[in-house]
Amino acid sequence: MSPRTLELSVSTPVVGADGKVRNVPLGVARRPSEAVSDDFGAEHMLVNIGPQHPATHGVLRLVVELEGETVKRIIPHVGYLHSGFEKLGEYRQYNQIIPLTDRTDYLAPMANNVALALAVEALMGIEITERCRLLRVIACEMSRIISHIVWLGTTGIDLGAFTPFLWLFQQRERIYNLQESWTGARLTTSVARVGGMMADVPEGWEDGLRDFVRTFPAVLREVDTMFTRNAIWIGRTQGVGAIGADEAINYSLSGPMLRASGVDYDVRKDRPYLGYDEFDFDVPVGEHGDIYDRYLVRFEEMAQSTRILEQALDRLRPGPVNVSDPRVILPPKSRAMGDMEAMIFHFKQVMEGIKPPAGEVYFGVENPKGELGYYFVSDGTAKPVRWRIRPPSFLNLAALPRLCEGALLSDVIAINASVDIVMGEIDR
Amino acid sequence: MTEGQADQLAALRGRFGAAIERSVVFAGQQVVYVAAAQAHAVLEWLQQDPSQRFDYLTDLTAVEYRDAERPLEVVYQLRSLTRRVDLRVKIALDPSGPLEVRTVTDLWKGAEWLEREAWDMFGVKFLGHGDLRRILMWETYSEGHPLRKSFPLRGHRSRAEQTRQALAANPEAHYSLEELSIADAYQALPADMQARLVEREAAQ
Repeated sequence: MSPRTLELSVSTPVVGADGKVRNVPLGVARRPSEAVSDDFGAEHMLVNIGPQHPATHGVLRLVVELEGETVKRIIPHVGYLHSGFEKLGEYRQYNQIIPLTDRTDYLAPMANNVALALAVEALMGIEITERCRLLRVIACEMSRIISHIVWLGTTGIDLGAFTPFLWLFQQRERIYNLQESWTGARLTTSVARVGGMMADVPEGWEDGLRDFVRTFPAVLREVDTMFTRNAIWIGRTQGVGAIGADEAINYSLSGPMLRASGVDYDVRKDRPYLGYDEFDFDVPVGEHGDIYDRYLVRFEEMAQSTRILEQALDRLRPGPVNVSDPRVILPPKSRAMGDMEAMIFHFKQVMEGIKPPAGEVYFGVENPKGELGYYFVSDGTAKPVRWRIRPPSFLNLAALPRLCEGALLSDVIAINASVDIVMGEIDR
Repeated sequence: MTEGQADQLAALRGRFGAAIERSVVFAGQQVVYVAAAQAHAVLEWLQQDPSQRFDYLTDLTAVEYRDAERPLEVVYQLRSLTRRVDLRVKIALDPSGPLEVRTVTDLWKGAEWLEREAWDMFGVKFLGHGDLRRILMWETYSEGHPLRKSFPLRGHRSRAEQTRQALAANPEAHYSLEELSIADAYQALPADMQARLVEREAAQ
């Protein structure tokens, strides 16, 4: 359908016989005998943005009602990438669900993998090893950095700044190389397992990460000089798409979206998992809830993640990565060949899968985009009855109509970018 | 059950009595089952009472069990940001009867899309929701509600039939009646589609 204008106004301008524009009442203008251009100066216009549009950051479709250039109403349509992950999860064993989590928030796959393993471990009451815990912290914080890099780079492009995108993506490439050497995959990492990790990091890997941790802050400073006091950036972002603390809570916003509005809530601090309470890091909190504050919060989070990475590397000691719990982790293959009990555990785990007790658990973690929650309901069999993903960007995007009230069409692009959506997670 | 959880249950029981059906604690997380008729009042009290202040709706979803005898559950995952406490409230619905509960969008705006998703995936009707449309599936999707256990993994229809229907779909059908009214394009639609849109709006 072509975007056509609506004659909501009491009068519609038409071109008279003398060639001059005049306003005539609506009913008259609609007479079929009169040739009137629909697009001529009427007040409300329907604009369809997406689903195939680079500025919507995925297959998001926005139907915008405009009055001149001002947004009257905005109706988001999602679901173009719906893959039924939650349904698929009900037909898979717990460890088999991990590859699905790669594909939800595909900008931070490692953080999703870790969250899933944590949820199942909470369901089964498993305590992971120290080395595994630190490796997971490293995985989560690496994910936070690359996710925020994608966010900042693409948002910069949306608002006309191309150079920081290139600088930042060079850094993202370095983390992708680290992910590749650890897991063999750059995007579909599937790094966690219930009770441990898919593999320990290869030899010398820590040096690569240390190198990144040492040099990344310099890049952040360069990007900082490009954005933070840039007149165009400030003009496009300050006071745009603002939402207050009470409303942000009422809309169930989470992560940087919530903190930019002045709500001091970070799952890592307030419901610590993976021993985050032992790490020395700060949680940036904004005060205006506009795009600029969201930028500042995410920017600072990258610096804080670098601090956490450094501390985790300092604490990392050699040791076992997987728990020695035959319910979830296979005994060594060498033992399975000679030891009857070990062979039985192999057989049971491979043939039947991991069986958590009947019960249910909600486990929320602080993902780059907000609070990711996995809600598992188990009936004691090897496959969950229900696997619910609480997708942070789904709930953040739901506030878009509220954020865009009264904004200009060009601001819609900026506001949408500031929400930091990833459609794989919204549509699942 | 920790002391705080016991207090929580006692406060709910003291205020609502028999409407609080039972409470379960698993993996340290408290679940409270509430009778469907009083659920909205309970949730409203939990949100607004100064001693409770569950101001944040973390998640809203539904669960259907493999055992067909067990009721379908609507799940509210609540959090108090001020008290740093979580609580899960559940409503059990008889799957053979009408799946209807009152909306909580008047309490939490964040419930708007979550309820639409629960409707889309489970067919739970949220009475009083202003815009209860499908959200992940498209508006003209007619195979049912995919996360129900009676829904086969591959869908009710064959791949060939699904493809045929997708190709035959009218792209205009991807606009809601409300949106078409903005563009004044409603009049330009074929008569059968006009009738279908009006019928669907009326049914909701």
